[in-house]
Amino acid sequence: MVLELYLDLLSQPCRAIYIFAKKNGIPFQMHTVELREGEHLSDAFAQVNPMKKVPAMKDDDFTLSESVAILLYLTHKYKVPDHWYPRELQARARVDEYLAWQHTALRRSCLRALWQKMMIPVFLGEQVPSETLTATLAELDVNLQVLEDKFLQDKAFLIGPRISLADLVAVTEVMHHKSTFPEVTPFTVDYTLSHQSTIKKMTHRHPYKPF
Amino acid sequence: MGLELYLDLMSQPCRAVYIFAKKNDIPFQLRTIDLLKGQHYTDDFAQVNPLRKVPALKDGDFILAESVAILLYLSRKYKVPDHWYPQDLQARARVDEYLSWQHTALRSCCTRAMWQKMMFPKYLEQPVPPEILASTLAELDRCLQMLEDKFLRNQAFLTGSHISVADLVAITELMHPVSAGCKIFESRPKLAAWRQRVEAAVGENLFQEAHAVVLKVKDMPPLMDPTLKEKLKLSVQSLLH
Repeated sequence: MVLELYLDLLSQPCRAIYIFAKKNGIPFQMHTVELREGEHLSDAFAQVNPMKKVPAMKDDDFTLSESVAILLYLTHKYKVPDHWYPRELQARARVDEYLAWQHTALRRSCLRALWQKMMIPVFLGEQVPSETLTATLAELDVNLQVLEDKFLQDKAFLIGPRISLADLVAVTEVMHHKSTFPEVTPFTVDYTLSHQSTIKKMTHRHPYKPF
Repeated sequence: MGLELYLDLMSQPCRAVYIFAKKNDIPFQLRTIDLLKGQHYTDDFAQVNPLRKVPALKDGDFILAESVAILLYLSRKYKVPDHWYPQDLQARARVDEYLSWQHTALRSCCTRAMWQKMMFPKYLEQPVPPEILASTLAELDRCLQMLEDKFLRNQAFLTGSHISVADLVAITELMHPVSAGCKIFESRPKLAAWRQRVEAAVGENLFQEAHAVVLKVKDMPPLMDPTLKEKLKLSVQSLLH
């Protein structure tokens, strides 16, 4: 049975995995989980990932969630070129450091910026207090500065002269902020990529509305 | 200069790194950074970690932040027993999965639960609206349920039959709300049994040693220094949600 990847390219971590798998010629069956249709909430998908989130992976009987774990699994199983996750102790530590930092830093602020600047006003028709949006964009700015000053510095890529997993995770995140949706459709409010407080607060006020 | 670890045992990830290094007899020099005194904001410490956070590692000229990265670096460099971070593809993936999930799940609610239940009202004398505390404790409860249902299940440890770095990261996390008086193990026998196993695997003495600081926090008097109080209050306001 070929590797199965459950993805929605709307989601940043899904894009990182998609690019990685395709770039490395890793054969896989793509299962699109339409977040906008609430497909991640279905019982069928819960069999794959009880956390009801994408990305998820199924390798025969082995199911795995969390994009960082999936990227590392694919790296080890398919013996991809070394630069993606270098064997060298310190270089590898630099990738680990970025992959850990991003969860509560860049990822968090890109997500909040997307929701507060667009998803909530455009799709939910709700106003986000301007102080909240201002604070979020300020936080995003701080994190982008850290990305430049602490991680990238004068190097070609985040951890050195060659691209690694860290760059894929970072670039797909930054693209999230720039992404637009071509059509305005009712949007499931359970579309959450993390459990950050503002998104939760907003979603708690709205039960899931099917359409 | 040998390995230096910049830690404050007040911090969950610092405790995980401390226990791991001690348990595996990794020689290191402990550099204590007192968070409540704002020592992580000094220029000296910024040279070690420009992110101004603990834990931080300095190995010669090599500086590393992020507890997960530090744990993995130590695992590899000091060639610790395999069970901590297994070579087996699927076993390792389970550890990676936990280490990834916890950042935005258990970590977040344990920190907020501890601060909202104890640090804000008692140490900083700033009252926390009861609905915010209730919401945080409800979220903690949901995370604990996921910990049991998705990770622990019927296994001895979070990712299998042996202790791994995932268990260290989790147990040190859960001790945070415990230190604030949250009775999270009393109502969850499965989790309580897992805790016993983790403590036994780590060793009672080492476990107590790592948690001595945080378990004394409830007896600390309110912070008197007004400048430090205002500075600290400002830096932790985001934990009030």
